Amino acid sequence: MIWNKTAECAERKELEKIQLTKLKRTVERIYKNVETYRDKMQQKGIAPGDITSLEDLKKLPFTTKDDLRENYPYGMFASPLSEIVRIHASSGTTGKPTVVGYTRRDLENWAECIARCFAMAGGDKSSVVQVAYGYGLFTGGLGAHGGAEYMGASVIPMSSGNTQKQILLMKDFKSTILCCTPSYALTISEALKKAGTTTDELALESGIFGAEPWTAGMKKEIEKGLGIKAYDIYGLSEIMGPGVACSCSEDNGMHIMEDMFIAETIDPKTEEVLPYGEKGEIVFTTIGKEGIPLIRYRTRDICSLMPEKCGCGRTTLRMSRVMGRSDDMLIIRGVNVFPSQIESVISGFAELTLNYKILVGRKDNKDTFEVHVELAEGLAIDDIKFVEELRKRVDHDLRAVLGIGCTLRFLSEGTLPRSEGKAVRVEDTRNLSERV
Amino acid sequence: MFIKQVSVFLENETGRLSDYTKILTDNHIDMKAVCIADTVDFGILRCIVDDPEKAVNVLNENGFTASITTVLAVSFENVPGALHSVLEKLADEDIGVDYIYSMIRSETGKAALIFKVGDPEKAGEVLKENNISLLCMKDI
Ligand SMILES: [Zn+2]
Repeated sequence: MIWNKTAECAERKELEKIQLTKLKRTVERIYKNVETYRDKMQQKGIAPGDITSLEDLKKLPFTTKDDLRENYPYGMFASPLSEIVRIHASSGTTGKPTVVGYTRRDLENWAECIARCFAMAGGDKSSVVQVAYGYGLFTGGLGAHGGAEYMGASVIPMSSGNTQKQILLMKDFKSTILCCTPSYALTISEALKKAGTTTDELALESGIFGAEPWTAGMKKEIEKGLGIKAYDIYGLSEIMGPGVACSCSEDNGMHIMEDMFIAETIDPKTEEVLPYGEKGEIVFTTIGKEGIPLIRYRTRDICSLMPEKCGCGRTTLRMSRVMGRSDDMLIIRGVNVFPSQIESVISGFAELTLNYKILVGRKDNKDTFEVHVELAEGLAIDDIKFVEELRKRVDHDLRAVLGIGCTLRFLSEGTLPRSEGKAVRVEDTRNLSERV
Repeated sequence: MFIKQVSVFLENETGRLSDYTKILTDNHIDMKAVCIADTVDFGILRCIVDDPEKAVNVLNENGFTASITTVLAVSFENVPGALHSVLEKLADEDIGVDYIYSMIRSETGKAALIFKVGDPEKAGEVLKENNISLLCMKDI
């Protein structure tokens, strides 16, 4: 079901008209109310009146998490606290948390976005939604809760944890949709199996999972373990929270709520806007928000955008699954490479361990690119043909995902250093100064 | 009737082979036959040892990818044409031979060869029917 056909299936021209009107309004609002933005824009020599087309978005300055930190707690708010009805904050791993505020209308728009996500996952007012995201400063719990209620579903505000009770209520209350992080979904599914509960005893039909990166393999496991279809939801508190984008029944990218957010992908190093289809850092401009509107917010999440009309009937831009963080990006022979892409390829081979190492160097003015992987213990490696064929398959898959070839090296299991905390996967010995 | 061969994946790196022999030495494992098939950047060492299970265990513990493969050890007179007659029998029965290599020691006047074939069960039967002697683990 499509929750809001006008917004989700709009003609591109119509949508762009709406986006431009809302963008102009947003720029005026932040110029007037947020000192940081006024300064940034003045430094670039632009005034709100200079924004006359969507193309002009490129003229606007970027916003980073540092901007939010420097303006802790309320400096980036474009509404007075008297208008703010909710405050959320993300737990900063370093230093102070990033604080966001919502006006009453912001909460309504957020609920609208999440209701669209629920509809993508087959939800409607007869659904029983079990929210197992944490409730609190984190946007997951209350965000999903608000959206489900707005849709008219019956909401079970479980919050995260207490897995046995989650299962009990899931069975007795006949929950049809589960919302939580993918890792918690996996925990629930494992506990279910342990308790000997079969999926036939549940009424669960779908799950909306997000707030952390997960792989396609994990998705399959969750789907099987819970007997559901799993949907990806994307969001970050700075932009709104979950519901910025969500995957539909086609399971081919997440539809961005484009009447609320304008998405761009940029090269994280040059900050240049990339064409659709190319992977880069996704940058969002909020165009409906009052409390804390952000212009060209750099998410650090790497993905690509798909403009084609989707099989589900929606016309909105889709973003691919997040492939990694821009901080981890390597540029090899002019191509952006993410360790997480290599990880996703090798995790698809039972013949390999999950350990790997990437070695990048420079020889004869060319980048060298080696990937070292380990053969799993117990592998029947008697046959050279077997090893060569395995190498061919891994090589082929790596090339397909990365877009460039690498020198693949097989090592025995246990040869690569094991991770103690965060593993060092990359060794880049290039002298970058000589690359200019 | 069958022999357990230990196959070991070796990176092409100076000293890797001696790492391997050191592990066998330290664990008092005796090597009865060995051969190496190599490519540009890795090799597969195949060997027959007195205690293959132990060998695989200690090799795995020491960071080698090693596994056990079923092979045949064939003994015949050390005279011209003897190997041919063995291979001929297998070919007649349409049994493919992946590789062969020689044992380090054999009985005086005899040759002993390791055969890796596509279908060891069938090969064993064929050779037995033709009175070709097969060695078992305790013989070697
Ligand atoms: Zn769709």
